[in-house]
Amino acid sequence: MNGSGMISRVAESIYWMSRYVERAENIARFIDVNQYLNLDLPMEDQMQWRPMVEVTGDVALFERTYGEANMANVIRFLAFDQEYANSIYSCLKMARENARTVREAISSEMWTQVNKFYQMVRQASETETVYESPHEFLDEVKQWSHLITGVTEVTMSHNEGWHFSRMGRLLERADKTSRILDVKYFMLLPSADYVGMPYDNIQWAAVLKSASALEMYRKTYRRLSPQRIAEFLIFDRQFPRAIRYCLANAEESMRMVTSSQPGVFLNEAEKALSRLRAEIDYTDIGEVTMAGMHQFLDNFQARLNAVGEAIFETYFALRPLRPAAINRRGS
Amino acid sequence: MDFSKYQTEGFYDELFHADGRPRQTAKLLIDRLNSLPEGEIMRRQKSAEVALYQMGITFNVYGGDSGEEKIFPFDIIPRIISAADWAPIEAGLKQRIQALNLFIDDIFHDGKIIKDKVIPAELIQSGASFRPECVGLNPPRGVWCHITGTDLIRDKDGRFYVLEDNLRCPSGVSYVMENREVLKNTFPKVFGPSQVRPVEDYPNNLLHTLERLAPDAVESPNVVVLTPGVYNSAYFEHSFLARNMGVDLVEGRDLVVQDGFVYARTTRGYKTVDVIYRRIDDDFLDPLAFRPDSMLGVPGLMEVYRNGRVALANAPGTGVADDKAVYAYAPQIIKYYLGEDAILPNVPTYVCWDEKERDHVLANLESLVVKSVNESGGYGMLIGPHSTAAERASFAEKIKAAPRNFIGQPTISLSRAPVIVDDRFEGRHVDLRPYILYGEDIRVLPGGLTRVALKKGSLVVNSSQGGGSKDTWVVEG
Repeated sequence: MNGSGMISRVAESIYWMSRYVERAENIARFIDVNQYLNLDLPMEDQMQWRPMVEVTGDVALFERTYGEANMANVIRFLAFDQEYANSIYSCLKMARENARTVREAISSEMWTQVNKFYQMVRQASETETVYESPHEFLDEVKQWSHLITGVTEVTMSHNEGWHFSRMGRLLERADKTSRILDVKYFMLLPSADYVGMPYDNIQWAAVLKSASALEMYRKTYRRLSPQRIAEFLIFDRQFPRAIRYCLANAEESMRMVTSSQPGVFLNEAEKALSRLRAEIDYTDIGEVTMAGMHQFLDNFQARLNAVGEAIFETYFALRPLRPAAINRRGS
Repeated sequence: MDFSKYQTEGFYDELFHADGRPRQTAKLLIDRLNSLPEGEIMRRQKSAEVALYQMGITFNVYGGDSGEEKIFPFDIIPRIISAADWAPIEAGLKQRIQALNLFIDDIFHDGKIIKDKVIPAELIQSGASFRPECVGLNPPRGVWCHITGTDLIRDKDGRFYVLEDNLRCPSGVSYVMENREVLKNTFPKVFGPSQVRPVEDYPNNLLHTLERLAPDAVESPNVVVLTPGVYNSAYFEHSFLARNMGVDLVEGRDLVVQDGFVYARTTRGYKTVDVIYRRIDDDFLDPLAFRPDSMLGVPGLMEVYRNGRVALANAPGTGVADDKAVYAYAPQIIKYYLGEDAILPNVPTYVCWDEKERDHVLANLESLVVKSVNESGGYGMLIGPHSTAAERASFAEKIKAAPRNFIGQPTISLSRAPVIVDDRFEGRHVDLRPYILYGEDIRVLPGGLTRVALKKGSLVVNSSQGGGSKDTWVVEG
């Protein structure tokens, strides 16, 4: 990549702006898949909203504020809770705050769309019907996120800032795809008998749908099979929400930032990301199943967090200056 | 909605003669407005507001945590200035800035103007914005005030007066450009034939002005805009200017001083910074040189500046000429350095620091405007004719306690321009802030920011006090 680097704080804000937009989209996908799953279950098994809260890891916070895990409460919590840092509302607020601090570095169109997206969510939070039939709203969230990704693609120079935006988006997506797979496991826990039943297929189809992956999956494998579905969502090279695709492309962007060659790492962030990508490259679904899906996903998420930390340390953290680190002009 | 019932009510109106005929330069616009179908003007006003909102030309509403933002109120009816009226403004501002720059340089070097008893030493040294730390500084090419936004007003007689010299960090120029962009879409049919002088090259000229300040050895200088951060009310502008110049917008925490240079922390390590357009006041610029509690600045920056390894715009210290008591001496300052009479007059000003003038102010509080010498934004002011006896008594006490801090001026009946109020046009008071760049030569942006007091009868145009803005057209004729 040409150029002499960008202000670290600006790079960080662009990275987080994209992460938060992607996060909002994925929360919408979460809620949506759960709603689908519930609709298809026998009456007595419906109302499975508690796993949605469990998978966030914020059960205590939820119970303190809401008590019962019913649909309206969970939507209020995951979509609109201003106190909860990972609600759609909070994500958009953060995305917008970040965009606002880097308006000179992104395109005006991007800022405008992020701002509009935020206003849309804010207004939706004030309508009552959204708690009963959230589908339309959730769909809109997904579309806005796609719009922003597209606007970023076509209005911003594919410069360093753009690569940080792409890195943020793809790492967030990799994490969330792994969690969507995980939701299915949480859902299964109370009724393991469903395995192999029609419900099971319906559930798997819903998982694919929530990752907008059903059609693309069918083109690759046609028949629904749990193993194939997991394989598709983890290992596919071409599907843009598959974990491997996300990692490979995030890695590419990181290399563009550092100007390093494949097979070489110049800093901790490259080392962590390339190693994780390589591991996914050289693993197959059989090994995953053997080790246990949840185990695998859990471990993956922890490793991905470590990549995030390494990115922070390498590119964003403001450390005291050491003379050796100074790049004189012309170097 | 048309101008058939519009009244100038005895004020100088920017678009109309006293008898209700539109001025020559405004005729095209007024005819067009009068011919628009019912409701169309309101529709265009609304769509301009939406455009501004979506461009994010907003300021934070303090004290609320809902993240809500408001747009700076904007009225789509432009204020039109004829080229004939503009010529003396442009010449007068160039003259004034040249003289004030010589004055600042003199004050921090030999102080000839003091030795020659044109202005008293005590008045200079007692000013709150006088920075003794700047004595002996030599800014690149001898220019201190690179960017100025001078406030002008027009009185009943149609003459322009200088009300205030903003030589520190004047803001508002981004609104000039955004307002223009919106208005071109609002009245394309009037805009084209009116031959409005363009304002769009301002960022380019600003960048040129800044690059010229870089140390001589630097071939392609690294220019940055330094902002206090996203919570500053002018943040939008800082971001706007950085974006339109294609340079980095930085906060104090992005910069660090080491080995005699200023560096920016980047994703590829530390990068030398050559020129800083700082939108932080002197006080907060460098905790080692000025206020030690500043969290916004860069420790050690002034030392690097003193050694000529980084340039600052505006130079620290310009505030000395941005003191309303010093302002009163502007005509003498112009005469002293340039041997010329001021082209643009001052508003007559009584400096309370002087005993005789103070007595005059105290005796005439009812008719005067009293201002604190260092406040801006319409704060710390008494408008005599609109004040109560209690307010006057309290101001009299303040003046007696700290006379150096106050000046008095006759209440000027600011000119007016029509604004949209519900479903009709009404006159509101306006001022004018042109922007001046001092680089190789001195350039004045044609027009500038017209601020309008949206409250009926109000003379305070500041955005913090319910003011709005208008696009300002300089047209031939």
